[in-house]
Order: sequence, then C-alpha cells, then structure tokens
Amino acid sequence: MEAYTSILLFLQVIAMLGTHVLFATLGGILCEKAGNLNLGLEGLMLLGASFSFYVALNFGNPWLALAAGCLASLAGSLIYAFLTISLRTNQVVTGLALTIFGTGVSSMLGKTMAGVSLPAQITATFGARSLPLLSKIPLLGPVLFQQSPFVPAAVATAILIYLFYTRTNIGLNTRIIGENPGAADASGINVTRYKYFNVLAGGLLCGVGGVYLSCVYAGIWQNELTAGAGWIAVAMVIFSIWNPLRAIAGAYLFGAVRGIGFKFQGGIPFLGMKLMVNAQILDMLPYITTILVLLFINLRKKKEYNPPASLGNSYFREDR
Amino acid sequence: MTADSYADKQAYVRMEGICKAFGVVQANRNVGLEVCQGEIHAILGENGSGKSTLMNMLTGIYTPDAGRIWVGGQNVQFASPKDAIDHGVGMVHQHFKLVDVLTVKENIIAGSSANFILKNKNISREIRETCSRFGLDVGLNLDKKIYQLSVGEKQRVEIIKMLFRGAKVLILDEPTAVLTPQETAELFTILKRMRQQNCAIIIITHKLHEVMEISDRVTILRRGEYIATVDTAATNAQALTEMMVGRAIDMDIRRQPAQLSAEPVMEVKGLRALGQHGVESLKGVDFTIYGGEILGVAGIAGSGQKEICEIIAGLAKASSGSVVFQGEEILGLSPIDILRKGISMSFVPEDRLGMGLVAGMDIISNVMLRSFQKKKGLFLDRAFGKKKAEDIVKRFEVSTPSVRHVLKKLSGGNIQKVLLGREVDLEPALLITAYPVRGLDIGASYHVYHVLNQQKEAGVAVLFIGEDLDVLLQICDRLMVIHDGQVMDILDPAKVTKEDVGLLMLGHKGESPAAADSKQEEVPSV
Repeated sequence: MEAYTSILLFLQVIAMLGTHVLFATLGGILCEKAGNLNLGLEGLMLLGASFSFYVALNFGNPWLALAAGCLASLAGSLIYAFLTISLRTNQVVTGLALTIFGTGVSSMLGKTMAGVSLPAQITATFGARSLPLLSKIPLLGPVLFQQSPFVPAAVATAILIYLFYTRTNIGLNTRIIGENPGAADASGINVTRYKYFNVLAGGLLCGVGGVYLSCVYAGIWQNELTAGAGWIAVAMVIFSIWNPLRAIAGAYLFGAVRGIGFKFQGGIPFLGMKLMVNAQILDMLPYITTILVLLFINLRKKKEYNPPASLGNSYFREDR
Repeated sequence: MTADSYADKQAYVRMEGICKAFGVVQANRNVGLEVCQGEIHAILGENGSGKSTLMNMLTGIYTPDAGRIWVGGQNVQFASPKDAIDHGVGMVHQHFKLVDVLTVKENIIAGSSANFILKNKNISREIRETCSRFGLDVGLNLDKKIYQLSVGEKQRVEIIKMLFRGAKVLILDEPTAVLTPQETAELFTILKRMRQQNCAIIIITHKLHEVMEISDRVTILRRGEYIATVDTAATNAQALTEMMVGRAIDMDIRRQPAQLSAEPVMEVKGLRALGQHGVESLKGVDFTIYGGEILGVAGIAGSGQKEICEIIAGLAKASSGSVVFQGEEILGLSPIDILRKGISMSFVPEDRLGMGLVAGMDIISNVMLRSFQKKKGLFLDRAFGKKKAEDIVKRFEVSTPSVRHVLKKLSGGNIQKVLLGREVDLEPALLITAYPVRGLDIGASYHVYHVLNQQKEAGVAVLFIGEDLDVLLQICDRLMVIHDGQVMDILDPAKVTKEDVGLLMLGHKGESPAAADSKQEEVPSV
C-alpha cells in the first residue's frame, strides 16, 4: 500500500512537471501540422508567463491574469504569422527572433517582480483541487484530477486536437496544407486562413503553458522562468511524430526525468550508502534525455514518421 | 463530328481575349478558346507557348490581366481555385496535387464541403456512387496510402477527386507524360466514357499521335498567341506540327548503324543498392555498354534509373556488385576520380534544375564547375572558362544575352543545353544522360537527339535514360527495360513494339497468362 501511494505521488509529480511542456508541444504541433515551423515557442511561453504574472500581482484576479497571458502570446504569434504567412519571411529566422523578443519583453516586465510571491486568491483558484466524480477514478483520479485544473485540461486538449486531425473535415484540410499547400489550394482550401488559425491557436496554447508555469507551478517570478521548456517542446514535437497523443507521453517523459532529478537531490540510495550526485548534473538530465531521444527518432524510416512535407516552406500560389 | 456540329452547339467554356504577362514575358496574348460539352478538346503547343498559363487562368490559379471567361453561359471571374471548382472546373495537374501519406479517400474528399465530422462509410459510398455514375470502376482500395499507388492509379485518384467535386469541365495537363502505353490506353477509355457523360474535357499535350487518337478538336497556341482551332478529323500530324512550330520540321531521327568498339567501355555486374527507406532499390543489375552505341533505358519513373546513374557517377553507394570501366573497377572511387576517368553524367531531374547546375551562378561559373578540376593552381582561370562557355553557347545554340547571364534566368531548354554541352565538352568515353529532353520543345529535343547521335558516331558510349518510348525506340541501338530495380530484358528496338516494352516496364516477362496472373495486383484496372 505504501509503495502504491509513493508511485501515485511520483505520477502526480510527473503530471505536474510535464504540463507546461505538454501545452507548448501541442502548440508546436498545431503550427507544424499547417506547415509552419515555429521556433518561437520559448518566446511565446515567456510572454504568457510574464504578462499573466504581472497582471496577477497587480490586479489579483486569476481570470484577468489568464486572459493577459493568452493575449500576450496571441499578439506574439500574430507577429510571427503576419511575417511568415503574409510576408513569407524565413520561418526559422522569424521564429528565433520571436524567442529573442519574448525573452526580452519578459525580462523587462519581470524586473519589478523578481522574487515576489503571488497573492492567495490566485493560488486558490488555480491550485490543486479534487474534481467531483473524476477524482474517484482509480489511478487516473489522483494523478490527473486532484491537481490544478490545468493538468487535466492539457491532456483533454491533446485528445481534442487528436480527434480534430483524424475525425474532422477541417482537421484533414489542415494536414493537407502541411503536406502540400499547392494540392490544398487546388482543392479549394483557403491556405492562408488555415495557417493563421493554426499558428494563432498554437501560440495561444504556448501562452497557457506559460500561465501554468508562472501562476500555478512556480508561484514566484524569476528571470527566464521557462528554462528552455519551449525548446524542449520543439524537440517533443518531433518525438511525438506530430501526434498529439504521443505528445502526452513525450511531455510526461520530460516530467519524469525532472522528477527523478528532484528525488535524488539528497543522494541516490545505493547498497545502504547515499551516493551524492552533483545538482547541476541532475538539472541536466531532461536536456540530455531530449538529445538522446532525438538521436533515436532519426533511426525511424517509415514514411508516415516524416515531418509534414511542406514544413518550413512559404506558400505563394503564383510561384513558377 | 464535323465542324458544323460544333459551330451549332453552344460552347460550355468560352475564353475571349485573354492576356497574361509575367514581368516582361507575355505568356498569353489575346487568346481565345471554346469547348463544348461532350467534347475532348486538345490544346497543342510547344513549351512556353502559354498552354499551362491559359489553363491556370481557367482554374483560378492565375488571374488574367485582360479578357473574359464564360462557363456554362455565365461570365465568371475566378479569384481562387475554389471559385473554379464551385463552377465545375477541375484540373489534373502534371505533377499530381496529392498528399503521399494520406489515403485515397482522404485525398478525394480534401477541401470538399463534407460534414464537419468525417463519416468513413458514407464517404466511401459517395465516392463509389460518383464513380458508377461515370461508369468508372474504382478498382482501388480507398484506404490505401497514395505512396503505395502506381503513377496511373494516382492519376485516376486525381480524376475521381475532380468528379467527386462535381467537375463538368476536366482539364488534364500532359496526362500521358509518365504513363506506360497500357496506362495511356486505359486513361483514354476513361476520358471517352466521360465524354459520353457530357463532360467537357480539355487535354494539354505536345504528343501529336495522341491528339490524333483521342481529340475531337484541337486548338493550337504558339508563343502565347492563338493560332487556330481545327477539327481533328480534318487535319494530320504534319499540318499540326507546322502550326505549332511555325515552320516545317524534320521529325526523323536518323539511326546510323553502330560502330561498336572492340572492348566494352563499361560492364555492370550484379549491382545492388539500398534506397531511401531501407528498401532495396536495385536488385542485381547487369549490362554491358560498348563505345559507339546508344544504350537506352526504359522504365516507369522510380524503377532504379536514378540509382544506376548515381552509383556509376560515384554519388551513391552500392551494397554489392561491380562496375568495370575500361578494365578498371570504379565502385568506391570518388566522383572526381570517376569524372577524370572519362565518365560524364547529365541528369535532368523533375524540377529540371536540381542536379549538376547552380541556378544562381552565370554560365561561365557553371561550365567551370566541371572543367576547373583539370586545372592546377590556386586561382581560377576565368579567361579560359569564358572561352569554354562561349564555345558551348555557340556549338549548342544556347540563346542567352551573354555568358555572364545568371543561369536561372534562361529558359528550361537553354539550361538543359548548357548542362549537356558542358558534359559533352569534357570529351567523355561514357556519357550518361537522363531525361535530357524533359520539358523541351520539339525543335530543342531534336537538337539534343542530334548531339547524342554525334557523340555515338564519335565513338562515345551513350547511356540514354528516357521517358518517351517512341523516341527511345527510334534512337537507341539497344534498349534495356528495367522494372523495380531489375533488368527485364535488353531488346533490339527494330524488332519490338511499344506495347512489348510497356508490358516489360510493368514487370510482365513473356506473354504467358500465368506470368501475368502472378503480377495481378500491379495491373491497373479500370
């Protein structure tokens, strides 16, 4: 029974640590499915995190904070969308610029909030709570539904996006745009409109991930709070082979490695001794895992595992 | 039908005074077109004559600068392909607009106003209904992925997709360019059935015998201008060519008897290689080529042509086998060493500029890309390169303002002349050329054939990988047919028909029914 409880506890920690990465990964998938490589995920997360934290501190209203985070990341992705879709700029460079921009804005905004904790009404609204009925489900209940509502919301979003791509008309159209925008256009699909929708929706999800990170998980501001989670998400998009359900696995893998790192900060029990591991090495674990995962991903050869064929290309109908 | 009966009929599609310019190039100048229902209308013209531009305006991809379009009696202005589809105009593009990793079904319903939630069963039933209305047997598993289909099957998916969207006007751009003779015959059966269903069919082509075989009327364009519309029954191939080119053209490829060298120039034995996805792309290829002959290679696209070229040129690795060039094993040598031994390759890929040339550099630099390897020293000898480039431009009649002109600004035909010219200029013992006339007009194509014949007469071994079976049968001394990475047979072109070659390309060895049965799944059915 004790073992079960400690496993449950660890799974809870995994879900808690993986949720912001899951949001950002889903955001990345939305963009890339429509053929837009977005390297600005990190910047969008930071925009969401900093603006929501700022509003939470100054107004004390959790919903206002959430809205501010979402609007900030939407604004950021609107810049990216306008540049890459309407002006057809290089997606890699534009995405990198977006990350630099988002990082800069969040640092500036965060100057006055470093080290300050959030007011109680925020944590009360967004913090852990048991959802009726759902929290009674064995295993899943405690892991997902006795947490901050953001945790089950991320999983639900993943499932919804999966259903969107596989079961709906407009989801299919989106996939066709990512694979071959010329084919989509010739079939009468409005490429520009779909791309905008996906990029903006993707940016919004990154923002929600940021809000979760600053207002729920951390509860205290520090500069560059995301610590590269946006970049991990870029890698997780590849790991998930653009499948939202596999994104859950990817993000939780990240959570698990982070969790292991935390657990062994006090040393690893080994033959009755405690092996002390350098804290920096433990902090490196998730990033090393990401690199290893990407290496293995490259070994897969199946055609369906390839990225959307037109990823990173701008589309212009009259190109000759 | 006669000319009178079309004059009586109300045209379903009418284009009038269409003009379109791209920068300074006038692609269409005051062009008109009329197509009736129940008609197969061919549009004939050389490359750059404005056929595709005209059709792209009828399908809403380009917007005309001037002119008016009527479809079904209604004056229309298409702002996007969606508008065109809504008016029942659908196009099957030369490079199929299909998504490889999606299923047949998903490709067919793409962009259609299907329900928000996709209902698999209903969709399959609707697709089958559409097909049976046009008397088409799908003959396809709707849940197969596109990349698992043959070229002919992909084309059928494109046609079904357009019919499913309610197309009454179907435009096909060079539909037979990549088909075997058998697949072409099936396509024509489908088109005739659609004609019975009162569709208006427009087919863009530059193959005269197909125009004569399938069309009711022909509209000829030349250099962006409308030349004439004639009844197919009242004309002939020679007259059509003259209208298309603007002058009489000698369409014979003279084949001198081969003067074979005593020793083979190259012997390829048991060549095997792995392709992109870990699948074996060459499964034991054997052939021998002598100096003074043209050895043709015929096969469906992707049967191993590219791999053979790349392995011989040293660009790709073979997993086993041997390639002996003038008594010396060359497998494993670097591309530069192979080039120095006297093997030249000009490969024209589908996009016509992927391999061997640098689009953003001028003709001199592109010529020097190969020849500077033979020079010593740190600095480039631009004067020498300039002289070479001018030689090539003169010898191959490349039309360019100067040799300093950036390559990508030349027309496709001239780019290909530079490529072939550069390789020939290296005076190779073996010249490999793949698809050298891809997208060239008739005049330029015959110039290329002439160059290949000259090379052969000079004692060069020429390996010619081609698409057009008529040409291969005319120009080659021997014709090697490959299928799925294997050599099916090496034939004497004087003794076989196009249909024999077509069967071999599809993988049917021998005419026995048993052999055909075992390969049943590969036979395209209609």
